[in-house]
Amino acid sequence: MRTTIIVNGEARALDVDPRTTLLDALRETLGLTGSKKGCDHGQCGACTVLVNGVRINSCLSLAVMHDGDAVTTIEGIGTVEKLHPMQVAFLTEDAFQCGYCTPGQICSALAMLQEVADNWPSQETTDLTGPIAFTDDELRERMSGNICRCSAYPQIVAAIRSVAGEPA
Amino acid sequence: MRPFTYERAESAQGAVKAAAEIANAKFIAGGTNLLDLMKLEIEHPAHLIDVGRLPLAQVEDMPDGGLRIGAMTTNSHVAADARIRSRWPVLTQAIVAGGSGQLRNKATTGGNLLQRTRCAYFYDTAKPCNKRRPGSGCGALEGLNRNSAIFGASHACIATHPSDMAVALAALGATVETLSPSGAARAFPILELHRLPGETPDVETHLIPGELITAVVLPPPPEGGQVYRKVRDRASYAAGLASVAVAGGNIALGAVAHKPWRAADAEAALASGASPAEAIAVELNQASENGRNGFKINLVRRLVPAAIDQANGRSA
Repeated sequence: MRTTIIVNGEARALDVDPRTTLLDALRETLGLTGSKKGCDHGQCGACTVLVNGVRINSCLSLAVMHDGDAVTTIEGIGTVEKLHPMQVAFLTEDAFQCGYCTPGQICSALAMLQEVADNWPSQETTDLTGPIAFTDDELRERMSGNICRCSAYPQIVAAIRSVAGEPA
Repeated sequence: MRPFTYERAESAQGAVKAAAEIANAKFIAGGTNLLDLMKLEIEHPAHLIDVGRLPLAQVEDMPDGGLRIGAMTTNSHVAADARIRSRWPVLTQAIVAGGSGQLRNKATTGGNLLQRTRCAYFYDTAKPCNKRRPGSGCGALEGLNRNSAIFGASHACIATHPSDMAVALAALGATVETLSPSGAARAFPILELHRLPGETPDVETHLIPGELITAVVLPPPPEGGQVYRKVRDRASYAAGLASVAVAGGNIALGAVAHKPWRAADAEAALASGASPAEAIAVELNQASENGRNGFKINLVRRLVPAAIDQANGRSA
């Protein structure tokens, strides 16, 4: 089935079996293997990509559902020559061990900070009508869809915090 | 995943027409639950009708002070809506208690209501399950039933409905709007959407085949405080063991029944002057257990009065 997805700014025409997930289309058809397949059931977050700027689990979506959508993967976030500040922060803070969850963590973190900027609430948001106090509890709750089996969580929090700045 | 064909619906009318004409067709919106179940071959539709881009993603003020939430509105957008946060905060609290940020960004209002149970026997295709394979039996009855229902269960099924959002909508007395394959629209209370398991736990709702949820309508908020509280095995991103939505004098329980459980007996007791602890004790007179889920009775006994006190501004 034909579908066109704008991947990292470039329109990519695909002809895929309807069963192909967005994750498999990115990895197997387009060769963008930065997005990882961990659980393949939306439980681990390793496959997190941005669709029209919003983070989703690419393993729980079909490629054919994304005709015309703009998808950003870790390959579109930064390059070896020109790292994104969030990637630099993950290196500086040693926010990974094996690195398998890292692309998902970084994509998720960037979109998560936009959600905070847009004042979207989480279950840690005690005052639903005021501006969000972006505490570490908020940060951890909002990243709970990304599992790190090496348990680098303190460093991941530090990396994201170094980009986001201290709570007001 | 088994093969299927796919189409993107151009209109709601077209979607319900296709669903009526094509055998074993299913709607897909966010897909976060359906695709998971299709990978496991628990769900195996022959045709998917993608309704995710239908123009049903608005949140509109109603003339009576209520709010109409389009069925394709994502859970994240509903939770973030300023009107809902200020006037129906229990709904925002319930939504952000469920799933992860990634899932809420994809999951829709209609799809959330129609998600399927997380009962381990429903998920394990090697085990009997009357919901997955009618007539095969219920593995949970004498099995690992820690997550099972304590209200309204049957000998055929003790699974629970997993939605948090639906529990808040039940407490708020929301209305569900649908479109039928005949083209007829109808509206009914959310408590009439889901069924108790009875002898046919595979039939989970009162929707007719091909009927599409188009919106959920909130009436003006009831007088009194609102709160959603959820107890689970870890602090985030886990299904509930028990949850409660309080909205004024209305109380609904989650993760304890095959549907959002409106605690009508407790509400009546409260209205006639009972204390919160006395009120939930009345409701629990109809609770039953299957062994490992017995702790839920005590959990509900403690959780509900605490939530009622919190909603009323008393410390809890």
